[in-house]
Amino acid sequence: MSCLKVNLAGVTLKNPVITASGCCGYGREYDKLYPIERLGGISVKGTTLQERQGNPPCRIAETPSGMLNSVGLQNPGVEAFLQNELPHLKSRDVVVIANVAGSTVEEYCAIAERLDSSGIDLLEVNISCPNVKEGGAAFGTSCTSAAEVVAQMRRRTSKPMMVKLSPNVTDIVSIARAVEDAGADAVSLINTLLGMRIDLKTRRPVLHNNVGGLSGPAVFPVAVRMVWQVASAVKIPVVGMGGISCWQDAIEMMLAGARAVQIGAALFTDPYTPVRVIEGMDAWLEENGVSDVNEIVGAVRPW
Amino acid sequence: MAYLQGCYPLVGKEQIAAGVYSYTVSCPEIASQAKPGQFVHIRVDGFSLRRPISICGIDAENGLLRMVFEVRGRGTEALSLVGQGQKIDLLGPLGNGFTPPSGQPVILVGGGIGVPPLLELAARTGANATAILGFRTASAVILADAFRAHGCDLRIATDDGSEGYHGFVTGLLEEHLAQGVPGMVCACGPMAMLKGVVGIAEAYGIPTQVSLEERMGCGVGACLVCACKTVRDGREVFAHVCKDGPVFDGKEVVFE
Repeated sequence: MSCLKVNLAGVTLKNPVITASGCCGYGREYDKLYPIERLGGISVKGTTLQERQGNPPCRIAETPSGMLNSVGLQNPGVEAFLQNELPHLKSRDVVVIANVAGSTVEEYCAIAERLDSSGIDLLEVNISCPNVKEGGAAFGTSCTSAAEVVAQMRRRTSKPMMVKLSPNVTDIVSIARAVEDAGADAVSLINTLLGMRIDLKTRRPVLHNNVGGLSGPAVFPVAVRMVWQVASAVKIPVVGMGGISCWQDAIEMMLAGARAVQIGAALFTDPYTPVRVIEGMDAWLEENGVSDVNEIVGAVRPW
Repeated sequence: MAYLQGCYPLVGKEQIAAGVYSYTVSCPEIASQAKPGQFVHIRVDGFSLRRPISICGIDAENGLLRMVFEVRGRGTEALSLVGQGQKIDLLGPLGNGFTPPSGQPVILVGGGIGVPPLLELAARTGANATAILGFRTASAVILADAFRAHGCDLRIATDDGSEGYHGFVTGLLEEHLAQGVPGMVCACGPMAMLKGVVGIAEAYGIPTQVSLEERMGCGVGACLVCACKTVRDGREVFAHVCKDGPVFDGKEVVFE
């Protein structure tokens, strides 16, 4: 067995596989299929200061090799998360990543402060949700505002901060550098790509929000490219995600420079995907005589 | 609630109307836990999202589940091409089923492809059940013999009057309730039908349980896409069809 342990901003994950925010709730649902301890980490549903109802349905549309979603950050709010969800997560041997979002810098800061004394292991700062009008992606699409959010949060929390980046920008590398300079301990990418589908019969967008975030295998090559570019440009760890559906994808993402990977939409096709990725990765490392998974991080040999 | 995922053989396949298929799958682990009104989430090769299909029949003793589905798009079309003996990837049983009080009269109201999810309930309520089933036209009528075989009092409505009552199930339901019969209404069908059914039942003081449909992602309550507006503790909230439903108390559903 190869060593699968990775370190993210001082936090040790038993393996590099994390379930992506919004795709696994708070871990309860998939725990009925396999123990969540199998996972390296769980990034919980995007959490805001106050409860959010989310967008009206329809919130999902199938696309070739993927899907669009526009849930709109439906969540019970940070207090309910701390009271009802975190205790059961903390009772399990899995790294807990709190994905947080806000509509103002102050909201981001308040939630960071509230979680500072909690048992979460890592903050994932969502400055890239494409599905809410106020904030979210607005912060993630300019270097100045992205850096501002991160710098302000940095003053209010000692938790390691991983910033989740939007692919819906001209130059993701400059955003990554800006948040690194502002004090981010890691970056995760990519959030979903903004997309749209229209129903021919009704001439209405399929999603009630009109537009939504594209994920699934369709976005994988875009994600690999962005992870490679960002990992080549920053010193902090990069967590790669976007369309990973099998262990081969996960290894590819790590070769591109990802220290760990997140799995999202693939859970809906096959809920066992994370387990299969961990097992497949382990077997591949063994077969290739790689004793430590960290050896493959960024090991791509570009032309 | 427990569920599991696995690949199980399709042991019976029959086309029962134009574009409507009946599949019997041998899946003892799922069949032994399934309840009327629950669903299974079926993976279709080449598609990212599973298809939620209601459970139509449960034979726990022989480990069989029956699902009846209509070809609605490319995914269900691909599902309809699975050959007998081939394996199907199922995740289930999922959601909360119908829970009428036992031993009491129950009125099953189904419309079109909303009829199959009521059949297992008919099997369990037998002569206590009145089934009011609506279809577009006579050739679209499905499962009538099966409901009769379970001993239900069966009434059929067709939109064009080509079989049974000429009109919608709501007309038949109103006639039935006007006789002062007690019981609970369990309904599945299009939203407009459910809205009408709940309205009529409420007017007669009859409780309802309705099975809803919404575009679904994970099927287990993790992704929150299958939102439906409900009233809980006096305020409107988005519940989720897969985990909180698909069967809801009719009073809780906000029909728009």
